This record gives sequence, structure tokens and C-alpha cells, in this order.
Amino acid sequence: MAALIWVLLAAPLAAAALSFAFRKQSWTLVVPVAAAAVLLAGGWALIVEVTTSGPVTTASGAIRVDALSAWMIAVVGAVAVIALAGGLPQRLSEQRKPGAFAALLSLFLTAMTLALLADNIAIMWVAIELTTITTAFLVASGEGRNSLEAAWKYVILGAVGVAIAFLGIALLSAASAPLGDPTVSWVELLQHASELDPTLTKVAGALAVLGFATKAGLAPMHSWLPDAHSQAPAPVSGLMSGVLLSVAFYVILRIQAITNAAVGPQLMQTLLVTAGLLSLGVTAGLVITQRDYKRLLAYSSIEHMGLLALGAAAGGSLAIAAVLLHMLGHGLIKASMFVLAGRISTVFGSHRIADVHGLLRSRPDLGGPFLLGTAGLLGFPPFVTFFTEVAIIIAGFTRGLAWQMGLACILLLVVFAGIARQALAMTLGAAPGGVGAHAQRWWRQLPIWVALTANAVLGFAAWPLAAVLSQAVAALGGAK
Amino acid sequence: MPNEIYQQLIATSTGVLLLTAILQIWGRSLARSIALLAVQGAALAGLVLTVGVHAGELEALTVAGLVLIVKSVVLPLVMLRSAARIGETREHPAQINPAVELIGAAALTLAAYAISGPLMGPNPGPALQALPVGFSLIFLGFWLLLIRRSAITGLIGFLVLDNGIATVSFLVSGGLPLTVELGVSLDVLLVVLILGVLVIRLQKVHGSIDITELKELHD
Repeated sequence: MAALIWVLLAAPLAAAALSFAFRKQSWTLVVPVAAAAVLLAGGWALIVEVTTSGPVTTASGAIRVDALSAWMIAVVGAVAVIALAGGLPQRLSEQRKPGAFAALLSLFLTAMTLALLADNIAIMWVAIELTTITTAFLVASGEGRNSLEAAWKYVILGAVGVAIAFLGIALLSAASAPLGDPTVSWVELLQHASELDPTLTKVAGALAVLGFATKAGLAPMHSWLPDAHSQAPAPVSGLMSGVLLSVAFYVILRIQAITNAAVGPQLMQTLLVTAGLLSLGVTAGLVITQRDYKRLLAYSSIEHMGLLALGAAAGGSLAIAAVLLHMLGHGLIKASMFVLAGRISTVFGSHRIADVHGLLRSRPDLGGPFLLGTAGLLGFPPFVTFFTEVAIIIAGFTRGLAWQMGLACILLLVVFAGIARQALAMTLGAAPGGVGAHAQRWWRQLPIWVALTANAVLGFAAWPLAAVLSQAVAALGGAK
Repeated sequence: MPNEIYQQLIATSTGVLLLTAILQIWGRSLARSIALLAVQGAALAGLVLTVGVHAGELEALTVAGLVLIVKSVVLPLVMLRSAARIGETREHPAQINPAVELIGAAALTLAAYAISGPLMGPNPGPALQALPVGFSLIFLGFWLLLIRRSAITGLIGFLVLDNGIATVSFLVSGGLPLTVELGVSLDVLLVVLILGVLVIRLQKVHGSIDITELKELHD
């Protein structure tokens, strides 16, 4: 099975090389979609393999796939297929510099895959930094001069945040000195957690989580996120909001597993509850007065990352399984929503909420899925996000985070009201004049309907995922 | 290596690290600040070499060479090229009083000494005694990012911060495996190259690289 792991790393890399070699050809835009499909299929194969016969290790231990990594690879693949296939332009020839764009997208997929496959935390760090590097020009390639401002803030804040995480990793290596040979191998650190130097581990864990929280878009380190996610082209926003945040959060989960085993859950619980509530608070404060619908979606991502942080803080098998499933549910919906937002801005020529109204009448092909997707983001049943949000909140209540979850519920209500009001203003009402009523071709609608349907079905038919989710929870130290 | 020489070499290299960072906050010339960055990189390489040779680790030679090439030669050259393409040689007028800038730098250095106490343990060796300098560099890098307006100085601040993190991580962990160090250096190099390109584009599109004027995106 080690061969499959190398295929997963090599496929997006080869896709990047292919796109770059034929960079003048507009068909290269389809290549990253194929790479994403390989990740989805390979992730699924890895899930089957790992759940039946345990973790796979290769490259003398630097790469290790357990149920959690396999699950995350499949999530990245699924969300990337939706974001990239849905984000293809109406006519492929519309894209400027298609090959370079496609090559960067494939490299971005490679970097995320490496972060998920690595066992060595320092390699995870290198891969997370590579995600910033590969997306920098993708963000800057958005229209207008504002995308340059967004890219500058994104790269400088991302790089500084991740640099702080590196300090945490170095201290973690120092904390492992009692083991004899200092190590940053995740599985070794977890196995020998009780022997780690407790003071150093605390400082290291706090710094690493603080640093990676910048990439995960958790408040108060979120200030780059609304800019970058609103200015990037649609497929890039979809990928960044849909999975990159979750990949950064995955690293936080790994670090949390080590610190929980070494110094107890108190430290991470405090940090994650604070970040989670702040993220919900920031979103609640800003969605009501928001005037730009792409920024609205970006803030909604901060809200969902806050929910993940609360789930991770609660801990236990219910909350962690819900967190992992929520990553998939939120990723699929957010990718489709950014794709739709991109199409809406092409039709209306504006990102302003006030300029868009009557979508259901004038463009039902956009308005219908946009309204359904909003319902999914807000956690309406039957979407899977409803079940995962309820599970996270119940887990919090039963595990001693009662007032924190109560506060979270109030903030979620405010977010709910804010986003619902804005989305209804865009979709309801009379059709504006001058908007062409031609419908999308079926292949452009397909990814969005697949994502929405999968979301609606997942809540009721998640049982095939039970094995992988419970093993992923166990890999993180189980239901403590 | 005799212990006395070892201690003196460590004191010299960390002293140069701190001095260059303070001079970067004091000065306003971008070219000089970039030159100081090259000196800082060389001092860091010297520190890696000293600690490595004293511990008898041959890998430290390679790491020191890598640090010297990346931090002392390549990165300053990339920065000089970006600065030359833009034609900026001096920092914009300060946002705050220069005296406040320096007093802030002094306070941050003191704070660095205060926080590194618990990490050093009761009987630190000569190498660990240099830890506060690493933390000072981290804080001073942040300080540069905060107080200056030119995007180029922002980049310099990021690199000072990165030098500080490299110093601390080297002193506490004795260095990570060579493959990791290679990956880390490559990442920093790529980030600086990208920021260098973005600065040039900013100058072209906005006509200035004053980061305080980047405020079109807000809620």
C-alpha cells in the first residue's frame, strides 16, 4: 500500500508539470480536476486499507497514514473536485495564463497532501508553509488591484504565523530530549508523551497552536482571511475556505493529541474555547452589516472554524467524529457557494449584496442552489452540518463546557439571523432588468448539485463512514 | 575547543545578532538595513558552527553553510534587487517618534530576558545563556513590522523575526535534521521571493509601497 501513498504525492505533482509544459493550452485547466479525482479515489482506497489492516508507514517513518490522514485526504479530494470542476470558466479559453494557473492549483493540492501524509511534524510545517507559497499568486491573480493588497496581507501574516508555529515545533523537539534522541515524529512523541518535559511541552503546544491557528483562520488571527478569500478567483476561494483551513486545523488536532497526553487537556481546551468563541463573536459582529457577499462567505468560514475549535476543545469521541464529519460537510457546501458567488459576480459585475436581488426569479439556476447552500451553511436539516453542529454542542454540554456552549448558541443565532437576512435579500424579490435569463449548461450545474445532494444524504447515511471516523478518533488518543 | 574560546565565540556571535537588529531599528536607510541583514545571517551561521563544533556534530558544518548561503547571501541579494527595481532607498517618515522606537526596542529586549528565564532552567550552559538574544530578535522583528511603513522594511522585519526563531530553535533543540533544515530554508527563500515580486507589483499598481495605505479592503 506504500505505493499508493507515493501515487497520491506524485499525481498532483505530475499534473502540475503537465499543465506547465503545455501552459499555452486552455485544456490544462481540466488537469487539476483529474488530480483532485485521483486524491478522492486514492483517499477512499487508503481508508479501506487502513481501517482493515492498520496504519501504513513509508519513507523510513517520515510518512505515515492512519485513519485520520486517510479521511482527510478523501475530504481534500472531494472538496477539490467540487471547487475545481465547478470553478471551470464557461469557456476554457476565458482563463488568462491557463497553464500557470492550473500548475499552481496542482502544486497547492500536492502541498496539502504532503501535510496530511507526513508523520514528522516539521515536514507538516514545511507543507503548510508551501500551501501559503503556492496560493500567494493564485490570490493575487484575482481581478483588480485589491487582490494584490489581499495577497500581501495573506502572505506576510501567514508567514509570520507559521514561523511562530515553527518555534513551537523546535521547543517540542527540545521537550523530547529526555527520550534520548530528540524527535519531532508525531507517533513517537505521542507514544512517549509521559516522558516529555512538561514545561517545554506546554510552551511548545501553545506556540504551535497559536501559529497554525493563523492558517486555520481562527480569531483573533483571522484578519487576512476575509480579504484573501474574497479577492481570490472562485475555485481558489473554494479550495482555501473549503479545505485549506481544515488542513491547518488537522495539524492543530495532531498537536493537541500530544499535549493532551503529556500535560492533560486543560491547556488546549482553554486555548481552543477562547479561539472558538472569539471566532463566532467576530462573525456575529460583522455578518449583519456586511455589504459584500464573498466576504460574507469568508466570515462564515471563520464561524465554522470556530465551531471546529469548540468541538476539539470539548473532546471525546462524539465531538471529534462530529468535527471530522463537519470538515467534509462544510467543505463541500463552502466550495459550491464560492463557485456560485463567482458566477453571480460574473452576471451582476459586482460583489455588493445591494446590487444583487431577485436571483430566484431572474436566475433560478444560481438562486436555487445559492439559497439551499446558505441553508446548509446555517445548519438546517437535512444537511449534515445540522447533525454535526448539534453533536458538537451536545458534546460540549456533557463534557463541562456548559456556559461556553450556551454563549456559542447565542452567537450562532446572531450569525444565523445575519446571514439569512443577507441571502434572502439576494435571492427574493422582483427580477432586475438587464440580467440575461439563459441557464447554465448541465456540466456546470453538476458539481454543485452533487455537493448539495451528498450533504443532504450524508446526515442520514453516514454509517459507511463510522469505521473510519471512529478509528480516526482513536488515532488522536481516543475518547478521553 | 577550549571552553573559554567557546564562550567568547558564542558571546560575539549573539552580540552581533542583537547589535544588528538594534541598528536596523535605529537606521532609516534601506540599503544599510539589508546589509545589516547579511551580517546578521553570518553571525547566525557562526553561532551554528560554534555550537556544532563544540558538540562534535559534523552535520552542523553543512547547516552552517546552508544558513550562510541563504541568510547572508541569497536573501539580502533578493531584497536588494527588489529595492533597486522599486527605486526606494530610504524609509518613509516614521509613524512614531524615533526615540519611542528605540525605547520600545530596549523594553522588548528586557522582556525577552524576562521570558527566557523559565525556559533556560537553573544551570544553563553557555549556549542556552544566549537564548534571550534569540527572543529579542523575534520581538524586534515584530517591532519593525509594526512601526515601519515601507513594505521593504516589513520584509526585513519578517527576516529578523525568522532569524530570531532560527536562533532560539537552534539553541534549544540543537538543530533539526538536515532534510528539515533544507525544507525550512527553501520555504523562507520562496516566501521572500514571492513577497519581493508582490512589492514590485504593488509599486506598479498603487504607485507606492507604503503598507499603511493598503486599506481598501475593510468591512
